[in-house]
Amino acid sequence: MTALAWLVRRLAHAAGLIFAVLVLNFVLVHLAPGDPADVIAGEAGGTSPQILAAIRARYGLDRSLPEQLAAYIGRVLRGDLGYSYYFDRPVAALVLGRMGATALLVTSAISLALLLGTWLGIRAARRPNGIETHLVAVFSIAGFAAPVFWSGLMLLLLFASTFPLFPVSGMDDPSRPPIGFAHALDVAHHLVLPTVTLALVYLAQYSRQARASMLAALGADYVRTARAKGLGERRVVYRHALRNALIPVITIAGLQFGQVLAGAVLVETVFGWPGLGRLAYDSILRRDSPTLLGILLGSAVMVIAANLIADAAYRFADPRLRGAA
Amino acid sequence: MTATINRRTLLAATGAALLPAAARAQVQTEKRGGTLVMLASTTRHVNPAIQSGTPAGIPGTQIFASPLRFDDKWQPQPYLAERWELAPGGRALTLHLVPGALFHDGTPVTSEDVAFTIAVIQKNHPFKTMLEPVEGVDTPDAQTAIIRMSHPHPAIMLAMSPALCPILPKHVYGDGRDIMTHPANTAPVGAGPYRLTEFRPGEAIFLERNERFFRPGRPYIDRIVMRMIPDNQTALLALEQNELAYSLLGAVRDEERIAKQPNLQVTDRGFEGIGALSWLAFNCAKKPLDDTRVRQAIAYLADRPRMVRVLEAGKVPVALTPLHPGSPFYTTEVNHFDFDAAKANALLDDAGAKRGADGNRFKLTIDSAPGPVEVTTGIGEYLRGQLRRAGIELELRASPDFPTWAQRVSNFDFDLTIDTVFNWGDPVIGVHRTYLTRNIRKGVIWSNTQSYSNPKVDALLDAAASEPDTAKRSALYKEFQQIVVDDVPILFLHPFPYAQAAAKGLRDLPTTIWGPMSPYDELYWDAADRK
Repeated sequence: MTALAWLVRRLAHAAGLIFAVLVLNFVLVHLAPGDPADVIAGEAGGTSPQILAAIRARYGLDRSLPEQLAAYIGRVLRGDLGYSYYFDRPVAALVLGRMGATALLVTSAISLALLLGTWLGIRAARRPNGIETHLVAVFSIAGFAAPVFWSGLMLLLLFASTFPLFPVSGMDDPSRPPIGFAHALDVAHHLVLPTVTLALVYLAQYSRQARASMLAALGADYVRTARAKGLGERRVVYRHALRNALIPVITIAGLQFGQVLAGAVLVETVFGWPGLGRLAYDSILRRDSPTLLGILLGSAVMVIAANLIADAAYRFADPRLRGAA
Repeated sequence: MTATINRRTLLAATGAALLPAAARAQVQTEKRGGTLVMLASTTRHVNPAIQSGTPAGIPGTQIFASPLRFDDKWQPQPYLAERWELAPGGRALTLHLVPGALFHDGTPVTSEDVAFTIAVIQKNHPFKTMLEPVEGVDTPDAQTAIIRMSHPHPAIMLAMSPALCPILPKHVYGDGRDIMTHPANTAPVGAGPYRLTEFRPGEAIFLERNERFFRPGRPYIDRIVMRMIPDNQTALLALEQNELAYSLLGAVRDEERIAKQPNLQVTDRGFEGIGALSWLAFNCAKKPLDDTRVRQAIAYLADRPRMVRVLEAGKVPVALTPLHPGSPFYTTEVNHFDFDAAKANALLDDAGAKRGADGNRFKLTIDSAPGPVEVTTGIGEYLRGQLRRAGIELELRASPDFPTWAQRVSNFDFDLTIDTVFNWGDPVIGVHRTYLTRNIRKGVIWSNTQSYSNPKVDALLDAAASEPDTAKRSALYKEFQQIVVDDVPILFLHPFPYAQAAAKGLRDLPTTIWGPMSPYDELYWDAADRK
């Protein structure tokens, strides 16, 4: 199959998937009891039947669910993600406004987990029964098993309260002007704890996967050959074994992109990080379905794109895949 | 009420006048400057004319100015109205606006803006009773607004408060667009001490000192940043680490924790106007709760003094009646329902609720709106133990979020529910809605969802709503409280444990009846803590 035919086929799959995600999300979101009119009236501290009716009419909530779904899909096809009931502004503007913060957090966390996890995995593979190996295993599995909001709070207590090295919440210090290098440093300072919290969850998987595939690679014939050629140990490990061992790690990273986004919801809530995750949290609590659907659609597109990129990366990395569908 | 300016105001005014200008300037310079980073709730917009509640009220009272403000003794004070007169008979309130007051865009505040705002509130604010008798607003000149009413309406004074009557500029909000979705709701123009510079939805609100504020020299603080932090634990840590300098607290354990911090101060003053009461509401239309004796039995079993000791460390009083203990109309001359299991059992026997083979009489569900555990599921757990003493089994139904709970309660799909409801200053504004028979409205939360109906109560409330004489009104509300307490459509538990937490260097916290929903034009930083 040519690269073009492969791409067209994959994109068609992706479009079908996005449509299914759209419908499924819409139905799921509307299964929850209550509607935004309750929330808007609730926050107003009181209401009347007229106000409830006016809110429902304003946002089309008085129409049947299939009608609302058809209208929604129609809008999305025209590139319009709709209007937020709660925040009273276009969803696209809201989502785009928060995308940067989440992208920064998620890419920092994935990079940290990937680099540190792989490095720890390699070290563990080289000394499979060393004390360090066991320590890494215990630590990373604990990080994986602990609920992310709990580990976030623990890190906050330890490194923002007991030893106040890092700020508690937010993305920057709001009392300072958001410009220049000092602001970038400020953001980096605020980024540390949320990134570590989110990375901790995935560290275990990357380090265990890297260790397993590295062990397999180190026992393979081509490694023995490389050693027999008289190559240095570092060269054998990092140039020969690692390149092969990394493929399954990349697979996991691609697959986990969606999970990392989900993890970001809790991390952003705990750390007051102004990203998509927090917007999702606010929208869920307020039944702001257009915003939530916008975020879910955005996430689905990002996950599908990540998988497409991972697939393309395999074809690049492994010539055997180029002939496959 | 005919009082215009009281002694305190007069003294303050003359004192200020006697102070030499140089000395006044000195005081202002000493207090001026600094940034306040504070906690705020996520809000859709900051226009309190179309929405009540603290999320819009706290920023809204900084951005907009109201005709009157109130002190900590429920006395009206001049604000945008420098003087006012309530006509004999109480059917007209004349407001004399302070000359030279400007909106943030430089346009003068006039009586036309007052008339426009009153009409907007009447049409769009959820508190329909607040301005219901208002027939119109006359504007004989730019500085005079006369609010005409169909009958005496004593609540009109509190209805002029900062959070309830933010004066909107007609030339901005009266452009024909729908006020409920008007862009100026998130990019507002007001006449308050601060002007909004940025509104980041769900994230932060940035305010800057209004240099043209009509009160000379005020406000003192240059910038206010209102941050929205959804996680309570994170917000508390941020307070402790000086990332936030001011916040509302909603739990006694948080108050105790913050009080121990050397850098912070805590006060529970400033919540009389809001008048938040935590209570246990009954579905009076559903068996066996339609029998007053059953509800009274539950009241005798609840042992509220013990409940506040167990759940609130004894830091809040028991609320005996539908009115907040801070209200001038509150009375303690009602049935206290002191714990009495024998009486409860006798009442239940009387009501024909027989014990089954397992010793239980019947089973009830108890819902709770989401909130701090001590005022939601904690009360449910506590009551489960108490009610078991008389053979009543309770099943807790916690709701994951507000809409789930609101759907159940407003559609009468509940037995008991725990809730916190605000008095909103005058009983006409926030109390009547819960008890009037004509306010039993399916699908409307915070209406009479108890389906409680007592013609005598309806008559008392209607009489109190239009009784201009404070003493007579007080007597009407006393009788109302006694009847409602005996009928137990709701078992009142305690005032919601609100408190204000602030950095120690922050002075003159808003401790008037409206507390945090007051203009922060008197708040200032100690020179040492100013940054």
